[in-house]
Amino acid sequence: MAPFVLGEITIDWPLAFHSFWPILQGGLIYTIPLAIISFIFGLALAMLMALLRLSRVQVAQGIARVYISIIRGTPLLVQLAIIFYGLPDLGIEVSPFAGAVVALSMNVGGYAAETIRASILSVPKGQWEAGYTIGMNYAQVMRRIILPQAARVSVPPLSNTFISLVKDTSLASTITVTELFRRAQEITATSYDFLLLYSEAAFIYWVFCFILSIIQGRIESRLDRYVATH
Amino acid sequence: MLLQAMDIHKSFGESRILKGVDLTLDEGKVLVIIGPSGSGKTTLLRSLNLLELPEQGTLEINGKHVDFSKRLSKKETRDIRSQSAMVFQSHNLFPHKTVLENVIEGPVIVQKIPKDRAIDEAREILDQVGLIDYQNQYPFQLSGGQQQRVGIARAVALKPKLLLFDEPTSALDPELVSDVLKVMKDLATKGWTMVIVTHELKFAQEVADKVIFVDQGVISEEGTPDQLFQHPQHERTRRFLSRILQRT
Repeated sequence: MAPFVLGEITIDWPLAFHSFWPILQGGLIYTIPLAIISFIFGLALAMLMALLRLSRVQVAQGIARVYISIIRGTPLLVQLAIIFYGLPDLGIEVSPFAGAVVALSMNVGGYAAETIRASILSVPKGQWEAGYTIGMNYAQVMRRIILPQAARVSVPPLSNTFISLVKDTSLASTITVTELFRRAQEITATSYDFLLLYSEAAFIYWVFCFILSIIQGRIESRLDRYVATH
Repeated sequence: MLLQAMDIHKSFGESRILKGVDLTLDEGKVLVIIGPSGSGKTTLLRSLNLLELPEQGTLEINGKHVDFSKRLSKKETRDIRSQSAMVFQSHNLFPHKTVLENVIEGPVIVQKIPKDRAIDEAREILDQVGLIDYQNQYPFQLSGGQQQRVGIARAVALKPKLLLFDEPTSALDPELVSDVLKVMKDLATKGWTMVIVTHELKFAQEVADKVIFVDQGVISEEGTPDQLFQHPQHERTRRFLSRILQRT
């Protein structure tokens, strides 16, 4: 039996160099677009669910509650599997990328719905009254008065949702989307240098998220321009 | 008669706040509502703008009529609400909009007045309330008294038939009160019809054509400022007035 030794770490520089671009490319053409598209659809869905939750109609509230509960109560990996491997049994076939967009959007829709609902509720009741007294209807008050103020409150939690989403796109590798992580996996199949290649993948994810957190800070300070800073 | 409210009833859960209130006001007149806290005076005022929905009674403003015992249509609500505009105790300015944007919001978005014209009119009103230099500031950059004057400008810009004031100076530091009262006095002089809930008795004495004393959900006494302040008929009115006067 060979003794366990912590071997000398030798980095295969040529491999690191040659693999970097294909992995990064997977990130640029799949990971980032997947995250952005899913976030946009997801936010629209979340907004719809938040409005349903806030409506006075019991059935609407019920629909939103059940939806949010299902999304939050089941693993994303399982949701992806159902959509990509399960739906074909019903005759519904989607491409890997589209399947990933659907699953990730639905996921964001479930999580961000509660964030958006809470941020809408955080706007003082007097703002609604002020809107109504100048003659606005519900939709006008919501769009022009409440949502801009709710947006400020929801930027930090929604940014966290987006950063989580960027990392969650790696699960799309399980349904054959050749995104960042899957590119790294593919290269390990021939080189077997797991530590190097997966570390490279991790590093690129980190860079993406680091850039996003900088953008988040910018957006927050922009939205803060109308509140007193102490 | 510009304003006529009849037999207004309003409850919150088990507690009956308004127990059949009648109110009338002619055009160009100023009505001041006084009364102890919890008496229902604010609820009464808010009912005139449908920020509270009474269960019973009728309301007519400038010929628009609603019957609260029936379910109001959106059009009825919109029509009667557009006859009045409210100035809130805590101003409720839109914090994400500048002073000017606050004032033009209603005219542009609701009344569909061309933006250029709305801006011209808004600047004129801001000039009247002494805040033209602050038009591009955000509300948080203003003092409480300035914020409240923007609140008044926002209501005036809608050109409603009726201006409603819900304790407009109660949340202000004492030294800021007089600027706000001065603006309100100007409006009264210019012929605006106003309903004001306030504890400022001296102000009421000067501008009110009529004063009502609301107590336990009913109007227990009404009259001219002289009648009510100098010769109150009821013991409760006397006690209330002396408490207020001691405080100030």
